[in-house]
Amino acid sequence: MKNSRRQVFYIVGLVPILFLLAFYVLPLGVVFEKAVQGVQQTLQRADLLSKIGKPLGFTIYQAILSTLLTVLVGFPIAYVFTHFDFKGKKFFNMAVTLPFILPTVVVAAAFNSLLGSHGWLNLLLMNIFNLQNPPIQWMNTLGIILLAHVFYNTSVFVRMVGAAWAQLEVQQEQAARILGANAWQRFRRITLPLLKPSIISALLMVFLFDFTSFGVILLLGGPAFSTLEVEIYLQTTQMLDLPMAGILSMIQLVITFCIAALTLREKKAGSIAFLPDIKNERLQKPRTHTQKVFLAVLLVFVILFFVLPEVSLLLRSLVRLEADRTQIGQISTGFTLDFYKELFQNTRRSLFYVPPIQALKNSVLYALATTLIAGVLGVISAYGLTRVRRTGLLRALVNLPLGTSSVTLGLGFLLTFTRLSFFQDFPQVLVPIAHSLIALPVVISTLYPAFSAIPSNMHAAAGVLGASPINVLIKIDLPLIRRPMLVGALYAFILSLGEFGATSFLTRPAFPTLPVAIYRYLSLPGAMNYGQAMAMACILMLVCAFSMFIMDKFSSQDVVS
Amino acid sequence: MKKAILSLQHITKDYEGTPLLCGIDLDVHADETLCLLGPSGSGKSTLLRIIAGLEQADDGTILWAGKDIQGISVEKRNFGLMFQDYALFPHMNVAENIAFGPRMKGWQRDSIQARIDETLKIVHLEDFAERRVVDLSGGEKQRVALARAIAPNPDLLMLDEPLGALDKALRDELGQELRAILKELHIPTIYVTHDQEEAFTIGDSVAVLNFGEILQRGTPEEIYNHPDSLWLAGFIGFTNQIQGRLEDAQPLAVSTAIGRFQLFANPDQMKTAGEEGVLVFKPVQVRIHQGSEEINSFKATIKDSQFRGDGYRLVVKLANGNFFYFRDEQKRESGAPIHIAISPQDLLWYPTHE
Amino acid sequence: MKRNSITISTILALLAVVILNGCQQEEPRTLTVVTHDSFAIGEDVIRQFEQENDVTVNFVLSGDTGSALNKVILTKDAPLGDVFYGVDNTFLSRALDEDIFESYQSPMLADISEEFILDEEYRALPVDYGDVCINYDKAYFNARDIAVPQNLDDLLDPTYAGMLVVENPAVSSPGLAFLLATIAQYGEEGYLDYWQQLYENDVVVVNDWETAYYSNFSASSGLGPQPMVVSYATSPAAEVIFASEPLQESPTASIIGTNACFRQVEFVGILEGTPNRDLAQKFIDYMLSVPFQQDIPMNMFVLPVNVNAQLPAEFEAYIQIPDAPATLPFEQIAASREAWIQAWQETVLQ
Repeated sequence: MKNSRRQVFYIVGLVPILFLLAFYVLPLGVVFEKAVQGVQQTLQRADLLSKIGKPLGFTIYQAILSTLLTVLVGFPIAYVFTHFDFKGKKFFNMAVTLPFILPTVVVAAAFNSLLGSHGWLNLLLMNIFNLQNPPIQWMNTLGIILLAHVFYNTSVFVRMVGAAWAQLEVQQEQAARILGANAWQRFRRITLPLLKPSIISALLMVFLFDFTSFGVILLLGGPAFSTLEVEIYLQTTQMLDLPMAGILSMIQLVITFCIAALTLREKKAGSIAFLPDIKNERLQKPRTHTQKVFLAVLLVFVILFFVLPEVSLLLRSLVRLEADRTQIGQISTGFTLDFYKELFQNTRRSLFYVPPIQALKNSVLYALATTLIAGVLGVISAYGLTRVRRTGLLRALVNLPLGTSSVTLGLGFLLTFTRLSFFQDFPQVLVPIAHSLIALPVVISTLYPAFSAIPSNMHAAAGVLGASPINVLIKIDLPLIRRPMLVGALYAFILSLGEFGATSFLTRPAFPTLPVAIYRYLSLPGAMNYGQAMAMACILMLVCAFSMFIMDKFSSQDVVS
Repeated sequence: MKKAILSLQHITKDYEGTPLLCGIDLDVHADETLCLLGPSGSGKSTLLRIIAGLEQADDGTILWAGKDIQGISVEKRNFGLMFQDYALFPHMNVAENIAFGPRMKGWQRDSIQARIDETLKIVHLEDFAERRVVDLSGGEKQRVALARAIAPNPDLLMLDEPLGALDKALRDELGQELRAILKELHIPTIYVTHDQEEAFTIGDSVAVLNFGEILQRGTPEEIYNHPDSLWLAGFIGFTNQIQGRLEDAQPLAVSTAIGRFQLFANPDQMKTAGEEGVLVFKPVQVRIHQGSEEINSFKATIKDSQFRGDGYRLVVKLANGNFFYFRDEQKRESGAPIHIAISPQDLLWYPTHE
Repeated sequence: MKRNSITISTILALLAVVILNGCQQEEPRTLTVVTHDSFAIGEDVIRQFEQENDVTVNFVLSGDTGSALNKVILTKDAPLGDVFYGVDNTFLSRALDEDIFESYQSPMLADISEEFILDEEYRALPVDYGDVCINYDKAYFNARDIAVPQNLDDLLDPTYAGMLVVENPAVSSPGLAFLLATIAQYGEEGYLDYWQQLYENDVVVVNDWETAYYSNFSASSGLGPQPMVVSYATSPAAEVIFASEPLQESPTASIIGTNACFRQVEFVGILEGTPNRDLAQKFIDYMLSVPFQQDIPMNMFVLPVNVNAQLPAEFEAYIQIPDAPATLPFEQIAASREAWIQAWQETVLQ
């Protein structure tokens, strides 16, 4: 009896491993196997080093720059969020966090609508100074890549370092103060060294995200810039050079693995709290003049940098902006709801035409399925990781999907699974499976610290009272980690909503997701198509923002512990 | 009387709308260890933090050697504060922790090293300089925290529940040691504790703080023997209490539900015949007789007799259902009736004010 | 606890809906057509074929043109479908070299102009074609009274400095087509010089068509800075069809001088080893027949190869078809594309 229970326990523990083997290792293996067939020839190419070196060099270069800039922006924000109490703090906190969960398509559209050659900023400047040409040409520069990366990843830094900062005992700083240390000395000698582990792991995390950046480089960076991930995409889809893509994928995987392993070496590596618990004893209303000015300047910056792009996207979807044309009838410029109204009409009667509202429904259904799969697998994996002794290697391995090119993964899925009759009959399941793979590392990294934080004597207590390990899990652990579980689940939900790379390979034409639909609209000329794409991007943005709002609502509820 | 080196005048502080300190007046003299005694939540730590400058008083004045120091920032006051949980810097070793203050004050390297050695010697941790603080035991941490607090030669030393995080045996041992160290330091010291025994052991004088006020200030003996109020009596350890009414008689006597008790007059208190009040006494050594004594004697039932190492704790049930506690020298059978007498000098009387 | 179980069962139910949505396609025979993301056709057109032949047509969309072809090549030992539509003349050689198609000489080829039938062994049959042309903003040139350039040479005139936006041929299909047009015009020896001069004349390069058209082009939905963009000959018609306000005439037009446009032809073929060869043949015949061909323009914005197919009114009215589009032998494209692109990158992205 007892033995069979144990077996069940182990079998359940095997599920995530089997899942990863079947849906990660196998498809990648199939791709690499195909790649190996021509690899000999590729390795002998004269230009091999420059083919690899150029994108690799640029990938690292831009990732380092982006990471440093992110720290520069993130540090003062983390400071303000952990030290000051002010009106609308929740709003500002969400404003910094929202970009992280926005799909690249939306962010690219938002940046374009603000900074593009006919973005609001240029239109304003052209209007004021009566210019013929847009004065600001930021698109397709290294600058806009860095800007977008900072926009995306600041919240990662703020959340990881902010959480650690809020947990730092305020007494240590006070002790230093009483011992005669001034503000700078306290920061330099006490705060900074104590924050070091979380700063380092946040740096590595941000670096990892910048390192594997794809959409930002492709959509905003323009033709002059190519990262490893972009190069893998080009080699796979344009040059049809799979061996080269395979080599690049391998390099990216190895580096990802190393970074993940480095992150885990920091024992106190901060976990990603979704919205850091901002209540702590150092919180106070800004008092001095300097504090007030500092806070005001920073909050204005947050508005300009983190809120304005979203607002300008929203405006773009509501404003008709036409070049001079020979219209039939009245010319109506200015505010319009047409782009939204049009979303509900099937004007084309095309086989694959799916009303955008249906695409939204598909996206939500896929996201729910992803949440379920990634949630269950995440709980089992995180729990399993706390039961196993040497977890360092395993935990680093679990992070690998983060650094896997979604093009490679998508291709692997196609090659491996579309032939199986089950997946031919139910092709829809591949999308949530692929999304779960991408969401799993994040879910696990949310849950693992929560599981490890449960004191082991609580397990012992439950065990003495006669609970089986499964019972302990269900009755003790799960209720205790309810909150991180919700956060992890919503993460999975949002990641799935925005995912485009792998989805574009796997969606059935009859079941497009919202990002895929946006892309379809963008690929046709005509004002209505562009307007509708913007409107859908806004809807996607609002769904993301709404999910985050829910997440915040849940995570701020008190839990019994 | 010597002039006070530190003088608090009418210090007032609200915490989220509830008054925490309501006009504290308190003097600390040079070369004196003042124990600030009060239950948790009485605001004694807040008072320390106000003196240190970590918090601002809503109202009142803090004078140091006659000068208002409220405009001076924390780091320039040159006070020492030892936190309850020590707040050692986990990323530094013992020597670095101790050197922090002198270094911030710009001492020379040689004098810093000398001071590290000196303070480590004072706290008996000569061999601990290179240890990591996370590896220290609770008692060792406490000593390092003390060493760190005194290292920069503060003008005033404040200790916030310095023994609070330790277990009982260690607390007694380190309490003795701390008393000796403080005696040698000759620095005016404010010592905050909720433990009256600790306060009486260490303090040259004791101030009892509760309800936002200083209830009583005096030598340990004064406080111990003559607490000013019923609450303070209870807090100090007069745990046996019974309602009564003062009779019109000389010597003073109180009639209660379990009998009549004589007591000595307290010269400080005005007593009106017929007033209602509470008669209190400590769990004193018990005097048991066979019903032979008439005065200050009552009858009760033995409820329990608990071994306490140096004696027994006797719990008796009174006729009115209350319990009294006594120190006892032998084990007694539960359920048996007993006659107990109390000396008049052990009894205190607190009238109940309407 | 109770609320949790309700949540879980709701999610399970929704999951079931997702899965069950796919169950309704169970029918006796299925024809699987592998194609690229941009494939679209009228629903009625497909339903008609399904009814006539008692078959279900199942479309597998497999990424963009390159990804779709790559996928078909990589799975040729166990084909993913019966028919592959969507390889174009820039990739054709690769498809033929890999032997992914079975030969089929459709009777419908009789109605198709010779110029489109590139594969003499009839493995890849033409379905549609489109010309990648430079679109220009009519109002822009009118207002400034500037003459519209007529051919590639004209673009080097300093008058047009900074007025043209092109796409990166490494990423974008129209970008590649335009590069090929310049190679057809100036030859392998001359095209880099031409690009060097374009570069000196401030040609603007962006990654994809979406950016070029919607951010840089002045006549699209906005006020971009460049009045000329590499797009399609059909784009002016799309501007009218998808206008947010009804238009009298298209705001854009194409430059169709000799070799200014590159002609892309898309092909269909029967995948090697299909068990449904009979159905595959019928479907290809159907794709080349008038009903299907006439439905192509409004769905994919390319033109039918069948000479009998009528163009929609908007197409008749607003598009110009170049008389002398640029072409290159598809074998040459396949052999040199990577070298051309690389050389281009070194010239233009310096």
